[in-house]
Amino acid sequence: MAIVKCTNVKKTYRQNTVAVKALNGVSLSIKKGEFTAIAGPSGSGKTTLLNIIGGLDSADSGRVVVDGNVLNTMRQSQLAQLRLYDVGFVFQAYNLIPVLSAQENVEFVMLLQGVPPAERRERARAILDEVDLRGMYNRRPAELSGGQQQRVAVARSIVSDPSIVLADEPTANLDSKTGASLLEIMEAMNKKKQVTFIFSTHDKMVMDYARRLIYLRDGRIVEDKVRKG
Amino acid sequence: MFFQLGWRNIWRNRRRTLVILTAVVIGVWSMIFLGALMRGIADQFVRNGIATLTGHIQVHHQGYRSDPAVQNSIEHPATVKAALTAVLPPDARWAPRVRVSAVASNARHSTGVTMVGIDPPREAAISFIGGAITEGRYLRDEDVYGILVGKALLKKFETHVGYKLVLMSQDTEGEIASRAFRIVGVYRAEMETTERQFVFVTMSAAQQMLKLHTGISEVAILLAVPGEARQVADTLRAELPADEYEVNTWQELLPMVTAIMKIYDWFIYLWFLVVFIAMGFGIVNTTLMAVFERIKEFGLLKALGMKPSWIVRGVLIESFCLLILGMAIGNVAGFVSVLALSGTGIDLSALAAGMEYWGMSRVIYPHILGTDVMMANLVVFILGLVVSLYPAVKAARFTPVEALAHT
Repeated sequence: MAIVKCTNVKKTYRQNTVAVKALNGVSLSIKKGEFTAIAGPSGSGKTTLLNIIGGLDSADSGRVVVDGNVLNTMRQSQLAQLRLYDVGFVFQAYNLIPVLSAQENVEFVMLLQGVPPAERRERARAILDEVDLRGMYNRRPAELSGGQQQRVAVARSIVSDPSIVLADEPTANLDSKTGASLLEIMEAMNKKKQVTFIFSTHDKMVMDYARRLIYLRDGRIVEDKVRKG
Repeated sequence: MFFQLGWRNIWRNRRRTLVILTAVVIGVWSMIFLGALMRGIADQFVRNGIATLTGHIQVHHQGYRSDPAVQNSIEHPATVKAALTAVLPPDARWAPRVRVSAVASNARHSTGVTMVGIDPPREAAISFIGGAITEGRYLRDEDVYGILVGKALLKKFETHVGYKLVLMSQDTEGEIASRAFRIVGVYRAEMETTERQFVFVTMSAAQQMLKLHTGISEVAILLAVPGEARQVADTLRAELPADEYEVNTWQELLPMVTAIMKIYDWFIYLWFLVVFIAMGFGIVNTTLMAVFERIKEFGLLKALGMKPSWIVRGVLIESFCLLILGMAIGNVAGFVSVLALSGTGIDLSALAAGMEYWGMSRVIYPHILGTDVMMANLVVFILGLVVSLYPAVKAARFTPVEALAHT
């Protein structure tokens, strides 16, 4: 069953008088538990597609369905609800809340969900242990390396068991060794929890890890291949 | 965790927070301290009015207030005394007086004064004169020719204790009555005009001089609980024949003081508003700066699923923390300042003439009123949160994509 289904999605940005077609009729279907990379050169529409799937941005036309929710018809508050419970985000620049510790950053989503404090603490620590950050619970983002911060971001994205995790260029700011370690963690999470991961990337290593690779160019899908094995 | 987040956020830019905190502290302090000063001035104003021969309640013969002639005196004080005994609370005090306009003169000078005939022990218990003697002594019942004069009159007349002073007035028969008195004491009052206006003789001396027999001009009453004035006055009115006697509270006797009290009320609240407007700009500016510095973070919060209303709440919590901290320090500073001046007051003797013109005392004792403190804090707190709504709503309106792309 498709957890994400996009049908003829179009999106145009206007910069002053110039119209830029970011997505030009994208249709795709992603099944639950897939580990998919959306690749393509800069300006191909990868981030726009990810933002639309995550309910951060809206399509000009076409239909986007995420976990049974038709995003085109949802109000902002409903989209916020969807992002809170069904979608996890990992950003290129980590985007952690600087005044909160690693554990508090991970707990934050559960706080918004109304999870009781004791359970929040337990689940946050467990997921931080899983991403190899045991003993760093109380460190603030400024006291963590880039790789450690991105692992906190992965822990935050996964801790509340969302249906999909959208990772926008997650390894772009990391060295190859740290990037590989992060991908291993995400792949392990994908296998263990059957969470659907969708990356946008132009990192060869991420493409190699992905079990499905979708190429975008000029807002269109030019290739969609599933890796065997 | 929302409060933890708000608290930590306000300390991200320590200098900016300290600046706005200082503004809130100074604002709250000035509201409390200057409010207390104004209350002190107003209180002193009322106290002076009440102590300067007004009391909380006065009883007169009908018509005396519109024509304070000796002919309009209370002829049978026994009726009033009986009513007072029946009606007044046990801790209330009262004193009869004869009060007429007179001309005072000595060898060199003459001037118009108010001659007040008093029952020395009773008067000492209800008006300022009992504790105001600075030279000589207070009147005694047997002082048939003794007189108390104010320091300012003494100076004006270039005279001294022990010297003579002649008073002249009209008696009950319409004849000019005069009597020579010897100055036995000199008093100081809060205001020089009082010292120039009033001279005090014994009740019997005044009655003899004016041929009043047992008549008196008024009875002044001082209550232990000033707030009971209206209620006691009503009871007294019911007890005395309405066609013969008039009973008035100090609010009716001193309409200007009452009006000034109301003006002070408005002035204090206007002051609160002015201070707040200055402070409000600071709060809005600081909060806006804090919001615009963290646009990307608000985008992240929205991406994580925070609803716009939660973001508004988050920004308001930051303002809340700032306001509460500023208010706490401002309140402590305000109370400490008032406490420090409660013993000595602020001495404005150097400006005595100007102060008198406005009916103010030479020394101002700040007086904190619970309702003023509550009002000052409410103004800062509620309006502080209201003006923070603007930046808070701004923060909530960024779309996640715009905000996350912000550099």
